[in-house]
Formats: sequence, structure tokens, C-alpha cells
Amino acid sequence: MLSKQEKELIIEIWTRLTPVADRIGAEALLRMFTSYPGTKTYFSHLDITPRSAHLLSHGQKIFLALAEGSKDIANLMTTLAPLQTYHAYQLRIQPSNFKLFSHCMIVTLACFMGDRFTPSLHAAMDKYLSAFSAVLGEKFR
Amino acid sequence: MVEWTDSERAIINSIFSTLDYEEIGRKSLCRCLIVYPWTQRYFGAFGNLYNAETIMANPLIAAHGTKILHGLDRALKNMDDIKNTYAELSLLHSDKLHVDPDNFRLLADCLTVVIAAKMGTGFTVETQVAWQKFLSVVVSALGRQYH
Repeated sequence: MLSKQEKELIIEIWTRLTPVADRIGAEALLRMFTSYPGTKTYFSHLDITPRSAHLLSHGQKIFLALAEGSKDIANLMTTLAPLQTYHAYQLRIQPSNFKLFSHCMIVTLACFMGDRFTPSLHAAMDKYLSAFSAVLGEKFR
Repeated sequence: MVEWTDSERAIINSIFSTLDYEEIGRKSLCRCLIVYPWTQRYFGAFGNLYNAETIMANPLIAAHGTKILHGLDRALKNMDDIKNTYAELSLLHSDKLHVDPDNFRLLADCLTVVIAAKMGTGFTVETQVAWQKFLSVVVSALGRQYH
């Protein structure tokens, strides 16, 4: 459960980082691919080498979806409905991978923000990413 | 036996050589208790854990965080046999402390985040891989004697 303060913190972070959406998203993806090589199996159709155009554009796409979801967390089910369908019926990504990506996104934010990535912000972000992942995986079964 | 490349050994040693055990140990344990509040179940005797502020100001937690981090020194000194190095500690956590071994992974993740925040861009992708490999071997060794 996210408190009002936590929701505001989350919106603030995603908004502030939107100018570097592609860099943050790409870095999180790259960290995930390198730490958990099994996750690369879903990207054989893209060039996911560091700094590639595909990586940056895909990173940006994911970041913007996370940013968009944060604006109305109570209605994630509505906001994410199309993405739910896409992930469940077309992409069919093993849902445990959402956790791996969330972890790498958190590590990326920690590297970027240093001390400003406080325990409270970390907790709020972790909760948000868990909620996002859970909603994304809703239609799988 | 776990195989370590020269590069991985160098990365792990480098992280430890500049590690401020008090700072990082305290921050990691506090972060774990704050981000994953159910882990507080093991710290009933540690005084005030009411909220994030009191946890971060708690001296018993700070001291314990430092102790845990020094526990990693054993793995650093015995990288080629981490499994057996932690056999006794594993039994302790299982039989005496009754800690769910999945919590080791949570603490390891928090430690990674704290070190990442400290090192910033220095916590490269390669560093993360080597560091997480090291911690996963430790976590696995600590859970190994559970029965």
C-alpha cells in the first residue's frame, strides 16, 4: 500500500528523470541482460549491445510506461490494460522476469541518485514496481 | 566449486578495499528493515524500530549491520570455498536464529543498492555482475545447511 506522500515522491522522480528516460531505461535493461543472461532470450530480434539505438528506444518506451502509470496508481489496471494484453498473449514473458527488471531499475536509480535514493524512496519505488509488475502479469492466467 | 575470473576477483577485492564497514553495514541493514518490514521480525530485542527515522538512528541496528558486513570478510578470504566457509553460520541461522533463507537474498539486494548509490557511475554493469555473483554464492552457502 502506498501512502499519499509515497505516491507524490514517485511521480516527482519519474517526472524529473523523463528528460533522460532513454538513458535510464537502457541502463536498467543492460544491467538486467548482463546480470541475468536468461532475460536476453526475449530480445533476439533487437540489437541490445550497449548504447545501441534499439536499447535506447526500448529503454525509453519502458521508462515512459512506468512514468505514465505513476500518475494514477489507483487506476493501474485501466492504464495498463493494453500492455497487460500485449505481455500476456503476445510477448508471454515469464513473469518472474519483471522482478529482475525492477531490481535493475532500482540499482540504476541508486547509481544515478546516490544518497538522494533514500531508504524511504527505495521502499516507495519497490512497492510501485511490484504493483506495476503484478498488474502487468494479471492476464497471464 | 565456483570459478572466478581474475577480473571478478579484482572487482570484489577492490570493493572491499575501500569499504566503510560501519557506514555501509548500518545503511544496508536499515534499508532492509525499512524496504522489507517483515524482516523486522528477527529484531524484536533491538529496541525502537517504529519507523524509518528511528531505525536509522538505532545504535543496536547500526552495530549489527557492521557485524554482518564483517561476516562477508570470510567469503572474501576464502573465495574458492565459500560453501564450506559458511557451513557453521548456515546451521546457526537455521537451527538457532530460525531465519527464512530468502531473507539473505533481500539483505544482499539492499547491500547492492547501498554500494551502487555510494559508487554511482563507478558501479558499472560489469561491477554489478561480479558483485551479485559473489553475494549469490554467499547467500546460497548460508542457506545450504537448512534441513
